[in-house]
Amino acid sequence: MTSTANEIIERRACISGIGQSDVGRRLGRDPMELTLDACLGAIEHAGLTVADIDGLSTYPGPMTSPPGFSAAGAYDVMDALRLNVGWYNGGLETSGQLGSVINACLAVASGLANHVLCFRSVFEGSAQGVKGRASSMPGGGGGSFRASGFMEWTLPFSAPSAAIWIAMFAQRHFHEYGTTREQMAWIAINARRNAQVNPKGIYRDPMSMDDYLNARMITTPFCLYDCDVPCDGATAVIVSRIDRARDLRNRPLRVEAVGSAIHGRPSWDQFDDLSTMANRDAGAQLWTRTDLRPSDVQMLQAYDGFSWLTMSWMEALGLCEVGGSGPFIEGGERIARDGILPLNTHGGQLSGGRLHGYGFLHEAAVQMWGEGGERQIPRDVEVGAVAAGGGNTCGCLLLVKE
Amino acid sequence: MAATDVPFRILPALTDWNREFWTAGERGELRFWRCGPCGYYLHPPQPICPQCHGKDLAVESVSGRATLASFSVNHQAWMPGPDLPYVVAIVEIVEQPSVRLTTNLVNCAHDAIRIGMPVRVVFEHHADPGGDVWLPLFEPEASA
Ligand SMILES: [Zn+2]
Repeated sequence: MTSTANEIIERRACISGIGQSDVGRRLGRDPMELTLDACLGAIEHAGLTVADIDGLSTYPGPMTSPPGFSAAGAYDVMDALRLNVGWYNGGLETSGQLGSVINACLAVASGLANHVLCFRSVFEGSAQGVKGRASSMPGGGGGSFRASGFMEWTLPFSAPSAAIWIAMFAQRHFHEYGTTREQMAWIAINARRNAQVNPKGIYRDPMSMDDYLNARMITTPFCLYDCDVPCDGATAVIVSRIDRARDLRNRPLRVEAVGSAIHGRPSWDQFDDLSTMANRDAGAQLWTRTDLRPSDVQMLQAYDGFSWLTMSWMEALGLCEVGGSGPFIEGGERIARDGILPLNTHGGQLSGGRLHGYGFLHEAAVQMWGEGGERQIPRDVEVGAVAAGGGNTCGCLLLVKE
Repeated sequence: MAATDVPFRILPALTDWNREFWTAGERGELRFWRCGPCGYYLHPPQPICPQCHGKDLAVESVSGRATLASFSVNHQAWMPGPDLPYVVAIVEIVEQPSVRLTTNLVNCAHDAIRIGMPVRVVFEHHADPGGDVWLPLFEPEASA
């Protein structure tokens, strides 16, 4: 293998296997057990053994707050499986949840590892309990707690949640482009339709436009159905060096290009353009690293922690015009499983569960390997885009079937 | 605004870098660190100017006038706070619109909120044993 300065080095990497634990609103299971279920599942799915794994990557690493946000760090899994690794990585400061996968691609491309186990594990459903998200707010009990860091500039104004921060981006987008709630609703309705045929989907009752418009408002323009559902579950993928993956169980899903850039200030409220996010830069970078074009993308799995984020990613990746995501999704035909751009075919995080970024990559692989069952996209998907994150933490990948 | 009328707020931890921002409201002033040589306002504060990399910084008052860049009417009780619903906003100060503040828009009917509307600072005083704080909130300029 020779290297040149112009080589798109991530093309030496591929997805070779996927795994996912049980997924549920509140499973009441040991989060580490779920984590290892996903990891061992992915290793077996790839046709590898634990001894073949020589790299480990995760997002966001061990965190005790917010509750349930991280079930395990890299060292936890490394020790539980007695791994010997040539490279490992775990942390929050990267290009979104998929930043940990992008890092793994670079590690296998550089020869530091051959097969990197990547995982993301949450138990927010159980950890938040019946009180829901409000229970996870910092300092929510009052007392002498004082805010610092980014929270210094938001908490004193009773703005503790990403729902509020992202709602203000969406409101600016609505203002500049005439986007409406009736358009944004299609992200939620499409997700619900797909979750209905996903055996692991959390919310599977039908949802109509009336249901959406009558739902409780959270923070304008987001109603309850614009916010994803906290859950318990773990997802894992194996990133392999492609020359070590060609004889494995699955046809390699080669990484054609990645996007990891952020050009504005790395801040939720100081970013230069409030109608978009760092995904603007990550998406643009991705297209500088491939001869494929947005019109080649046959499927999008894009983050919907809040519904508008998916619309923002569609624009950032050039899959519709900037400002044009509202008209593009209106009516839902284009983004349906049999549409021109099937979207979040597992139900996203809105109805499928907040597996936090990795669920989208898992679903992309499911679809490209034809393992979708009742929710399988009817046409063969050769090129798929995956995107996760929002605000100052955004990353994306373009996958092609080898 | 009398201290007894104010809602519960989580207050900022005061430091030498942010004390003027959080307490100059006692005198009705909104203050930021500013670079002497190039005139750039720094927010949040940092010890070196991001534009010219100089260290000749001083705190200065601005007019308190700003433009509403975006907002959200929050209906969710995340934690103790103002009566629901309340308005969270991002404003851009007129002296340097790249300086944005996440804040609350007050004294404004919700159906009268318009992105781009001129607003001005109004302070909410919190007496606290850990150090008094004056939160910079904003209201429409037209409500004089
Ligand atoms: Zn300067």
